[in-house]
Amino acid sequence: MSEWWTYTPSDFLLFSPRVYYRMFELYNRSLWPLAIVSLACGLAILWLLLNRIRGGDRLIAALLGLVWIWIAWEFFWNRYADINWASVYVAPLFALQGVALLSIGALAGRIKLAPQRRAADMLAVALFCFSLIGYPFVAPLSGRSTWAAEIFGLAPDPTALATLALLAMSRDGGRWALMIVPAVWCLATGLTLWTMQAAGFFVAPAGALTALLIAAIAPSHTSVRPAR
Amino acid sequence: MQTRRQILQGIVAATLGGAALPKAWGQDASPLTRAIPAIGERLPLVGLGSWITFNVGNDRELQDDCAAVMAAFFESGGRMIDSSPMYGSSQPTIGYGLKKLRYPRTLFSADKVWISNPASGPEQIERSRRYWGVSRFDLVQVHNLLSWERHLPTLFKMKADGKLRYVGITTSEGRRHRDVLRIMASQPIDFVQVTYNVLDREVEARILPLGMERGIGVIVNRPFRQGELIDAVQRRPLPKWIAETGASSWAQFLLKFIISHPAVTCAIPATTRVDHVRENLAAASGVLPDEPLRRRMAEYVRQL
Repeated sequence: MSEWWTYTPSDFLLFSPRVYYRMFELYNRSLWPLAIVSLACGLAILWLLLNRIRGGDRLIAALLGLVWIWIAWEFFWNRYADINWASVYVAPLFALQGVALLSIGALAGRIKLAPQRRAADMLAVALFCFSLIGYPFVAPLSGRSTWAAEIFGLAPDPTALATLALLAMSRDGGRWALMIVPAVWCLATGLTLWTMQAAGFFVAPAGALTALLIAAIAPSHTSVRPAR
Repeated sequence: MQTRRQILQGIVAATLGGAALPKAWGQDASPLTRAIPAIGERLPLVGLGSWITFNVGNDRELQDDCAAVMAAFFESGGRMIDSSPMYGSSQPTIGYGLKKLRYPRTLFSADKVWISNPASGPEQIERSRRYWGVSRFDLVQVHNLLSWERHLPTLFKMKADGKLRYVGITTSEGRRHRDVLRIMASQPIDFVQVTYNVLDREVEARILPLGMERGIGVIVNRPFRQGELIDAVQRRPLPKWIAETGASSWAQFLLKFIISHPAVTCAIPATTRVDHVRENLAAASGVLPDEPLRRRMAEYVRQL
């Protein structure tokens, strides 16, 4: 790209806000009632997180990995690519993230989630809850249709944010590698929404930054509460 | 005694051809046209761009909205529609609209080749052609000069083989003007597409004069700076003195400034609204500003 310094984010915005938000609306309508299943999946992750059961961490990683792969295929490859050709390059990254969560977390069992009774971990749990329950309300609160809600497990933004929140509670040093794709996505989506002058453009980047700060202040390999 | 309007009408008739003049001011009329310099084929001075506006994916409701815009465009006498493989789903949307309108015979199809690997150029052009559903493109341009050294020979060969009618290059927002000038001076291109509007006037210095000198048609993109210009001026009153040109809105003011430059063949504003496409086409009617008036227009906007 010659004279790259003359480009601004708006030069890469290929669609109008109306088209972007209608995409979510049509996506949700076409998949309904899968939103209920994906929300149930998120609630199951929350239950597993708060109730330490044997194999819970592996199950959380498996569920997360599967939704990342699902979003790579159904959202990026089949849907978003219609209006954004760059989406076909993002889809493999999401799929890769899903495979990494499955292999590192579900198979190898190297994602140890152990929320402690301290502010940072409580904040991470709150961030996860916001991604699951609060994020769908961003669309209607911004004046858009309820059908345009971005839902964990179906849409990339709340899924990336929820993943970051969970990983922020991990004490394994490898969590940083797993946080790259979701953090970069939160930044990218923030830029997209900012370029579209969307009121809630800061939500995903701010959430990602919060998760990264939590992860940074939490020490690796601290003693964890054993599973029952 | 002739009024200033009548005098200007005479100037317009002299430069644009009497047949191009509207039948009656303010009424439904054919848009003013200008000849592609080296060829003589005449094109309406206002066309239709598709950047962002026609990238609506598989959303049938929005595809129908775009088809309605295209219908109004053709009804108003428009001909040139411009797109690119870079514009997401704009090409399939245009194809959907053309099919719905039963492929208007007046269409002047302008598309682009935009791919780094020159060997894949013909394949991409063919894919674009299938999206549009046309037998061939009237014009294929090298988008943003990407791999132009290798694409242009391919396009010239396709033109010689009758697979397209005209060859061009594009740039936008003032980028790579030195390269544009070099290509205009050395290559037998038919069109160059550049950004030009009442505030972005760098092309007036060398590109537009060279276009006239070399008989190269000039297509103008970003006439409203993607809506920014309209947003910036619309709260201010339209100057009364512009009424003598027939302009009744800021969009028409801005378009008239562009298309009144004698080197400009066609400006291609993009829109999602039927009323706007009609308003845009109507800018290519009435009287075009003369040079003193153009200076006054530029100064007026600059001071806002």
